[in-house]
Amino acid sequence: MGSEFVMFSLTPMLIGVFASVACALPGNFLILRRQALIGDAISHVVLPGIVVAFLLTGVVAALPMLLGAAGAAVLAVILIEAIKRLGRIEPGAAMGVTFTTLFAGGVLLLEQSDTSSVHLDVEHALMGNLESLVWLRATDWSSLMDPWALAGLPEELPRIAVVCFAVILLTLVFWRWLKISTFDEGFAQALGLPVGMIGMGLVITAAVAAVAAFDAVGSIIVIAMFICPPAAARLMTNGLERQVLWSVLFAVVSAVAGYVLAGYGPLWLGAEDAVSAAGMIATVSGAILALACLFGPHRSRVGAQAEA
Amino acid sequence: MTDTPVTLAATDGRAARLPQKSDAPLALRGLTVSYGEKPAIFSVDATFPAAQMTAIIGPNGAGKSTLLKAALGVIPRLSGEVTSFGEPIDTARARIAYVPQRASVDWDFPTTVIDVVMMGLYRQVGLLGRFTGRLKSRALACLDRVGMGGFADRQIGQLSGGQQQRVFLARALAQDADLYLLDEPFAGVDAATERAIIEVLKSLKAEGKAVVCVHHDLATVRDYFDHVFMINVRKIAEGPVDTTFTSEALNATYGGRLAATHIDQLRLAEGA
Amino acid sequence: MTPLIEALLLQAGYNAALVAVGATLLGFAAGAAGTFLFLRKRALVSDAVAHATLPGVGLAFIIMVSFGGDGRNLLGLLLGSAVTAGIGLLAVEWMARRTRLAEDAAIGAVLSVFFGFGIVILTVIQTMGSGRQAGLESFLLGSTAGMLFQDAVVIAVGGSLAVLATWIMRRPMTLVAFDAEYAAANGVNVPAVDRLMMGLVMAVTVIGLKIVGLILIVALLIIPPVTARFWTERSNAVIWYAGALGGLSGYLGAALSASAPDLPTGPIIVLVSATLFLVSLLFAPVRGLAAAVLRHRRFQRRVHRRQGLLALSRSEPIHDELTLRVLRAEALIRADGVATETGRAQAAKIARDERRWDVAREIHQDTGLTGRYDGLTPIEQVFAPDEIAEFDRRIGGPRAVAGGV
Repeated sequence: MGSEFVMFSLTPMLIGVFASVACALPGNFLILRRQALIGDAISHVVLPGIVVAFLLTGVVAALPMLLGAAGAAVLAVILIEAIKRLGRIEPGAAMGVTFTTLFAGGVLLLEQSDTSSVHLDVEHALMGNLESLVWLRATDWSSLMDPWALAGLPEELPRIAVVCFAVILLTLVFWRWLKISTFDEGFAQALGLPVGMIGMGLVITAAVAAVAAFDAVGSIIVIAMFICPPAAARLMTNGLERQVLWSVLFAVVSAVAGYVLAGYGPLWLGAEDAVSAAGMIATVSGAILALACLFGPHRSRVGAQAEA
Repeated sequence: MTDTPVTLAATDGRAARLPQKSDAPLALRGLTVSYGEKPAIFSVDATFPAAQMTAIIGPNGAGKSTLLKAALGVIPRLSGEVTSFGEPIDTARARIAYVPQRASVDWDFPTTVIDVVMMGLYRQVGLLGRFTGRLKSRALACLDRVGMGGFADRQIGQLSGGQQQRVFLARALAQDADLYLLDEPFAGVDAATERAIIEVLKSLKAEGKAVVCVHHDLATVRDYFDHVFMINVRKIAEGPVDTTFTSEALNATYGGRLAATHIDQLRLAEGA
Repeated sequence: MTPLIEALLLQAGYNAALVAVGATLLGFAAGAAGTFLFLRKRALVSDAVAHATLPGVGLAFIIMVSFGGDGRNLLGLLLGSAVTAGIGLLAVEWMARRTRLAEDAAIGAVLSVFFGFGIVILTVIQTMGSGRQAGLESFLLGSTAGMLFQDAVVIAVGGSLAVLATWIMRRPMTLVAFDAEYAAANGVNVPAVDRLMMGLVMAVTVIGLKIVGLILIVALLIIPPVTARFWTERSNAVIWYAGALGGLSGYLGAALSASAPDLPTGPIIVLVSATLFLVSLLFAPVRGLAAAVLRHRRFQRRVHRRQGLLALSRSEPIHDELTLRVLRAEALIRADGVATETGRAQAAKIARDERRWDVAREIHQDTGLTGRYDGLTPIEQVFAPDEIAEFDRRIGGPRAVAGGV
């Protein structure tokens, strides 16, 4: 059990956990800013960003991909703003126009270019392939001390770990700015805080988290990680600090439980093969959200807005 | 046109570029803001004096809130200059406290009363500085000052409209500023809150601070304020309430929208 | 003939022709139905609905196979997709109403969770003996390659029905979309019409699954109405403009896709639609980017010119760099900032108009006037020449002004 677990389950599970946490943290602020669907838009434009980066550099490497995705996210946000202002069009429709167009462009580019040699195809882009990120050089737990085995870790693992810790660090450092500009943008501006930069920084952070998570879970299930854990956490508490901690907990539980259920659930039911781990992680996060909607102690609005 | 013999003093080009120094808490020159193709405020000059309470009054859509927001740079201005205590607004921000309209934020935000008040201290503590006990007790003292001492740990969604307004005022007090800009602080609040707020504002004035309120209740202008600024897209009148708050000025500002009977009750100044 | 022209003339085979017709009809119905959605500000609810079709497709396949059927029957799959799409819609509405979460969070949650669950089901199907060639992945991004004749018929018939339904329901839906309160006051059952509208959106989504795919179908519902808004201010026209734009995108996209390999139908249709949008965004006569930028610059110069002349007329110094530039460019002031002859004349006219306004506001203390005194509206636009002559008489004529200074 131990050796099999280390070889086939440890790395995907860790990747899932890091990805979930990296997405859930900015997700908290996106939801409170009524920008949950910016998360939706960002995760859709990660694909074209990565494809363009690949076509320009010819390699699938971390840095160009991150830059490509961040660039695409910034482009998307600018387009959404432009459409909103110029056409006087509501934000939802402006987002819809932008991300479907960029996503369609990404798919077309992907179909047209020869990416068969690299792990970049439409199906993976949509569904992810968490299961394939195994650690073949591992024999058992002692491999964690073995440099040769460690060198064979899937490269996605250090990448997402770095991104996850960077997101945690950014959230801690900019906590006060994020909080105040999310709660009262006008006041933050009057204090002289760069609210535009804070908003853009949040979007770029979310885009970087999305591209790092993209390898593992694909571009659509990322949305579940942005939205479900923070949304469920919002229903558990009325304090921002506690909400963020809850969201991290839910993200970790979704990732671990989702991976285990996908791998072993079918065996328990008598089936032979595992099901999609990424899909199961999204499903578990959805189940947690559903439970929070039904039983969360702070599930409904209070005060003046109740029963509006 | 050329036959119109209006004489114009030729302006000296050199002098034209030297900013006119004003040490007033807030001075606006030629401030224009437009939403689309329509000016919301046009070429407004204004000087808001220290140790005075100023009311900005005018009909709905006259640009009262726009004036405050544009002065603070919350919305972009098309032209014009803003100075505060003789400095550009950006270098004077530490001396300015702003109280936005209560309805401009989502009160369902997951936070507590004391947290909101401490937001007024964010400039001082910076991004990572610690909230010392001294700062915390200052925040609590500000809550006490608006009569909300017992509400520090209350969830903000549970507050009444008047309490929300008091919390916003406490947050501004925490900034310990010299200029207070308030956007409709009395809108939709109960009588007790209105009394509490006006008391605090009057004590600020007594400390020599400048207080500027966007105000909509003409009946209280005379009781609450010393100075009045009347606007309807353009500046209509500006000056001490005693001499400026006249029926002529009100008619020019509101254009016949005020019934004559209403005007009678306002204890207006005699026409200048 | 080149393949593209063949496809455009519906000569690229019977199936391709049916698909092109189906895509055109679908595009039209989606554009028109999307307009109602867009005007009700619920455009992205349709995205949740579309993604929520995936588990339905998978479950329908499993059910049909377990009853010994083929599993790939398009009608059956579409029926299944409609069921989970409906559940997804109800879930969004329930979360937005019953919890403190806003609708956008509910949309995102439903969209991603249903999609994730759908992916789980697809992997289950892949492990079933008969599931290896199910080809259900084609529902993600749409694929019309190798489509069965009967599937093409389903799409063409479905598209026609959707257009017909839009036509029949256009009156109540228009009423609700443009002014729900007014409609309610007139006895229209607004919730019922809303449900009809979402039903139509669901139908369009389901029919479009095979051609455009569930990820991009929302584009057909959103892009044409948004594009149409750039071309007309008349509310009724938006619907038919959007329908026409959608139909055109569907037709051109399907033909382009049929003309060459590696051109997936869904993304191509979306990109054609997006191209039409982009052209409109940039070049539409009133709302387009080019027109708006020009207009804003003109407006800004007008404001600065006016403010500059006002300052000149009051002999006040001018500090604003842009104001100085504008005045210099029109030779109203010299390079050193001193007013020229023309500048002084213009300033004098402004000074006179300001005095006219003062008098006008004394005489006409009514509501209609207050909004017009905004510094930019010329007095000639508000008052008739004889009225202005009256103001001038009260001022006492130009000579008196001179005496007053």
